[in-house]
Amino acid sequence: MRHYFTILSHEIRALLYNPSTYIAAVLFLLVMGFVFTGILDAYSRSPQETAPAVVFFQLFWIPVLFMVPLLTMKSFAEERRLGTLETLLTTPVSTAEVVLGKFSAAYLFYVLLWGSTLGFHYILQVYARDLRYLDSGPLIGGYLFVAVSGLLFIAIGILASAVTRSQAVAGILSFTLLLGLIGGLSYVSELSALNQEFLSPLRTTLEGLRIPGHVDDFTHGIVDTRQVFFYLTGSILALLFSILGVEAKILNS
Amino acid sequence: MADIPDITIEVKDLVKTYGSLTAVNHLNFTVKRGEIVGLLGPNGAGKSTTMRILTGYLPATSGSVRICGQPVASHPEETKRHVGYMPENNPLPEDMRVSEYLWFRGRLKEMPRARLRARIDEVLELCDLKRNRHRILGRLSKGNKQRVGIAEAILAEPAVIIMDEPTIGLDPHQIIIVRNLIASLRGRMSVIISSHILPEIEETCDRVLIINGGRIVAQGSPADLRHEIFGHTTYRVELAGDTANLAADVAALDPSLQVSTLGDRGADGFLSATLMTGATDDLGEKLLLGLPARGYRVRSLGHIQPSLEDVFLAATRRSWDARLPDKKPAQGDNRAPLPKV
Repeated sequence: MRHYFTILSHEIRALLYNPSTYIAAVLFLLVMGFVFTGILDAYSRSPQETAPAVVFFQLFWIPVLFMVPLLTMKSFAEERRLGTLETLLTTPVSTAEVVLGKFSAAYLFYVLLWGSTLGFHYILQVYARDLRYLDSGPLIGGYLFVAVSGLLFIAIGILASAVTRSQAVAGILSFTLLLGLIGGLSYVSELSALNQEFLSPLRTTLEGLRIPGHVDDFTHGIVDTRQVFFYLTGSILALLFSILGVEAKILNS
Repeated sequence: MADIPDITIEVKDLVKTYGSLTAVNHLNFTVKRGEIVGLLGPNGAGKSTTMRILTGYLPATSGSVRICGQPVASHPEETKRHVGYMPENNPLPEDMRVSEYLWFRGRLKEMPRARLRARIDEVLELCDLKRNRHRILGRLSKGNKQRVGIAEAILAEPAVIIMDEPTIGLDPHQIIIVRNLIASLRGRMSVIISSHILPEIEETCDRVLIINGGRIVAQGSPADLRHEIFGHTTYRVELAGDTANLAADVAALDPSLQVSTLGDRGADGFLSATLMTGATDDLGEKLLLGLPARGYRVRSLGHIQPSLEDVFLAATRRSWDARLPDKKPAQGDNRAPLPKV
């Protein structure tokens, strides 16, 4: 792991030089800003049952679907296209170090961008001149959810980039995988076909994997270890497959 | 680097197949410390594949490769420390500056910071890149990029340097610079370069391996190769006098000498003759002294060297011919397509 920090700092530099990082950042803040003002608008017109922060985090999937592909699609695809992956892997670094370095850099940016949305809540509190608007409980839970689920989302983006040489294919692939993971799983878990008695274990499992359900739990202060375990093992699995993907691609090059 | 053995690269029975295609077919060779070896072969001969296996980037199908005594397959990290590699087309990240790139590569190659700082200055000086050290790699000219690649390969002072076509796409000035740069490594590092540009190899390499269809078809110094492939030396002499007895006269000088062609006599009475010999010694002096003694007036005497190009064509053609009869070689029938010669 002695090369991990060398690769990490190189990757952070690469992300800072990369226009798609800024596109992702601007788009993210724009979308989240609109979402936030939209929520405030709705709350100012009529009283609601849930806290604004809860609604804010329920819409996490909008930025995830475009931000994660933009942040990760370049990581391996571009290096493979340029051929620099070959020079990188002929130095005494292991594939695992390279994958982890790229993953960490993208994850850092992901968390940093989400962290910048803290500013929305701060501005609201400053303008409202009322500390009650800074609803700390759902905020802590929500950001915790973002940090934990981000591991899996970014790992999936890295995996998509590790299996192709085209950035566009990597981007579309990670978008599709994320859509399947977030939208597909929660759609399947609500199918009426699963209501039969003998399918109930499957139904329980799928309901446990519903990511929008996880958001509700986290923002209501429930940190379920099963969910944390799901994200951790999922991201480790995706990273392992990324390592295998990079090495398998070399064998067939 | 005291712990570097005399033989830095040892390749034994190396085989690499891609599906049904055999790219490298039972390759054997060794490279000594400080030697510059040229890998020569037509496209698809297995040069790049061999080099990639040497660097540990590609795994071999069978056989063994040892770098500085360590097997590449089981000790990849140790052997990679001894290798500086410049791949074909010299891929570089486009958005970094020259000095940043060298710093990053040096850190990956586990060079301590203080030594790396000094070493970067050194290689920039060596590769004549001082003026370009703050320029962005994507905006450099092809020649400068190539020099960055070489600087990167020699950065960590590895025992073995592997360069895949280092002079491809360069202009003659840049080729000379790169050639001198490679020649300056002689004696300190083992260098393997591949190229199609034959004069390149001829001028810089101590030894040439000609590869075709994944096998070595000829090896040795350029001079040895000429002799091995052609087996004779040719002299061209311009002389005047009665040439009726020329054949007998030259045979009297050295029994191995033969007149192969005799040109037309010019207006001034001189004609040019081509003499052939299978002897390995230089017969130039004998001819210069012996021909005038037998009444010929000699105007010029030249040694016709078959170029490495002829050697290359002959060697690759020879392997093609040699393999025509055995439709089914022992190790796999499929191999890289052979070139038209």
